[in-house]
Amino acid sequence: MSLHTTQTSQTSSSEDDAAMLDSIERWVEKEVRPIARKFDQADEYPLDLVEQMKELGLFGATIGQQYGGLGLSAITYARIVQIISAVWMAPTGIFNSHLILAQAVERNGTEAQKQYWLPRFATGELRGGLALTEPDAGTDLQSIRTLATATKDGYVINGTKTWISNGIYGTCFAVLTKTDPKAQPRHAGMSMFICEKAPGFTVGRKIKKMGYRSIDSAELVFDNFPISADRLIGGAEGHGFHHAVGGLELGRINVAARGVGLATGALREALRYAQNRSTFGKPIAQHQAIQLKLADMATRAEAARLLVEQAALKYDAGQRCDLEAGMAKLFASEAAVENSMEAMRIFGGYSYSVDFEIERFYRDAPLMCIGEGTNEMQRIIIAKQLVARNPA
Amino acid sequence: MQKIIVGIKRVVDYNVRVRVKPDGSGVALDGVKMSVNPFDEIALEEALRIKERGEATEIIAVSIGPDDAQQQLRTALAMGADRAILVKTDQAIEPLTAAHALLAIIKTEQPDLVIVGKQAIDDDAAQTGPMLAALWGRPQATFCSKLTINGTVATIVREVDAGLETIEVDLPAVISADLRLNEPRYVKLPDIMKAKKKQLDVTDLATLGVSIDDGLKTVHTEAPKARAKGILVKDVAELVDALKKKGLVS
Repeated sequence: MSLHTTQTSQTSSSEDDAAMLDSIERWVEKEVRPIARKFDQADEYPLDLVEQMKELGLFGATIGQQYGGLGLSAITYARIVQIISAVWMAPTGIFNSHLILAQAVERNGTEAQKQYWLPRFATGELRGGLALTEPDAGTDLQSIRTLATATKDGYVINGTKTWISNGIYGTCFAVLTKTDPKAQPRHAGMSMFICEKAPGFTVGRKIKKMGYRSIDSAELVFDNFPISADRLIGGAEGHGFHHAVGGLELGRINVAARGVGLATGALREALRYAQNRSTFGKPIAQHQAIQLKLADMATRAEAARLLVEQAALKYDAGQRCDLEAGMAKLFASEAAVENSMEAMRIFGGYSYSVDFEIERFYRDAPLMCIGEGTNEMQRIIIAKQLVARNPA
Repeated sequence: MQKIIVGIKRVVDYNVRVRVKPDGSGVALDGVKMSVNPFDEIALEEALRIKERGEATEIIAVSIGPDDAQQQLRTALAMGADRAILVKTDQAIEPLTAAHALLAIIKTEQPDLVIVGKQAIDDDAAQTGPMLAALWGRPQATFCSKLTINGTVATIVREVDAGLETIEVDLPAVISADLRLNEPRYVKLPDIMKAKKKQLDVTDLATLGVSIDDGLKTVHTEAPKARAKGILVKDVAELVDALKKKGLVS
């Protein structure tokens, strides 16, 4: 017998990727699809899914293998997000936000910080997210007000963050603060800290949402919250803004992948319905009015998918991809909104019933147009890059 | 008990709508998703549970098929098999050849138990397990829906037409797994990575001294006729009327 040689490369091969996507697909069909409607309607946090996600390894998906993660490429990761979002988008937020927290540490942390935090993030033992947004600052991040004031032992943080995913069930957050509110330019006074829940760091209200339910979007309140200096990401003040925006390309690929999933899921539901529902003596999929919709929906979903793959490929190659990620996010999120709307029309009266999945797609889709930088902002980023890359 | 051998067959995924090639020479496989035969997954899951209970020490997944069947063996390794053996052949083989090949592996590995799926979802033959037991000269227990091991005796609850039957067999034996034996676990993503480092040996029929038995020939493959659309009836009276009209009852 000849011994088959085993691969030991640090990146996953395409065969592994196929096996992983297959495993995710089975999990989604068996565990996610059956509970989606119930949990969405009850706005209930899917604790069982979280345990399964831990087992599957999703909380370490993009964390490097040397820190206990899977070290997945952006492209494989985006495909996982698509598969889940095609059935129920909300659960992807549980590990998306968490991985952006992990990425902030992995990209910008000191080696000691990476060694300490990343293995704990990878297993899901510590889960959390990124805390940037404030009541008066979203896309305009430099106008945040949360203050980190230096003390003799470290810092004291005061302020409020809002719309923080995993805010209630998560315990650890990368929090963007101002260590020097007078700094000019403003971003030079911003610093990011890894904050674990403790006295002084409490959760405000859970935000009730139109869609993207079941995930705990919450307010985080910091009231004289003391923190040691070794929690300052990277160990030096003034880099918080860059840490925050440095993760946005991958963040946008994430959100774009959710959009692709949702656009594809809406199409899948609508296609099946159109093949089974008959009017005027034939399935409505044979009526031109419906065919035109299905064709547009399929084209949008496919175009969005290709844009995401292109952005992820560039990201994985270490190239600048703000233009590509912006295009993918813009197009895929709009595709999700349009496809969910068109699916509503194909379902007709039933679309308005909560007994069908499609109204959830319709409520979930707009999040992708707004979150992770509004689509208006994406257009500005795309245009600026377009001009910069094509000097007159 | 030391070793368990589990049979793993590469088949068209159960979600794929199978299409027959236009010339009727078989089923179209180009670009079609392939998976582990679902009953073999159940067989493997049972072996894993036996090992996790401390009643076995090593699980070997064995497949007979093309080079690509390594993918299914990697899945088996990711699920938890300790090592794998591929008997490589590019020809479609029939159950008797598969049984001979498994027997050759058994002679080398000396397992205490062999678990296979009750049948593969491609040809649905359900023959490899029984044939293997006969060739090996050991007991068999097919369509197993519950398995308990007590030293060198296995107690099996079988699903039979009349209900459930409980039998005991002396080990080593061949057991074939039915649908309700267990629910296979998901493959965890980290385990897919780790499976790459597990041992996967590749051999072939000639090395094992097995010749392809041509006792069976596939003459022609045809898709089943499309079924006519059914109708809904209101009550039994309407059903009887409808059957009478069709001349099915008088």
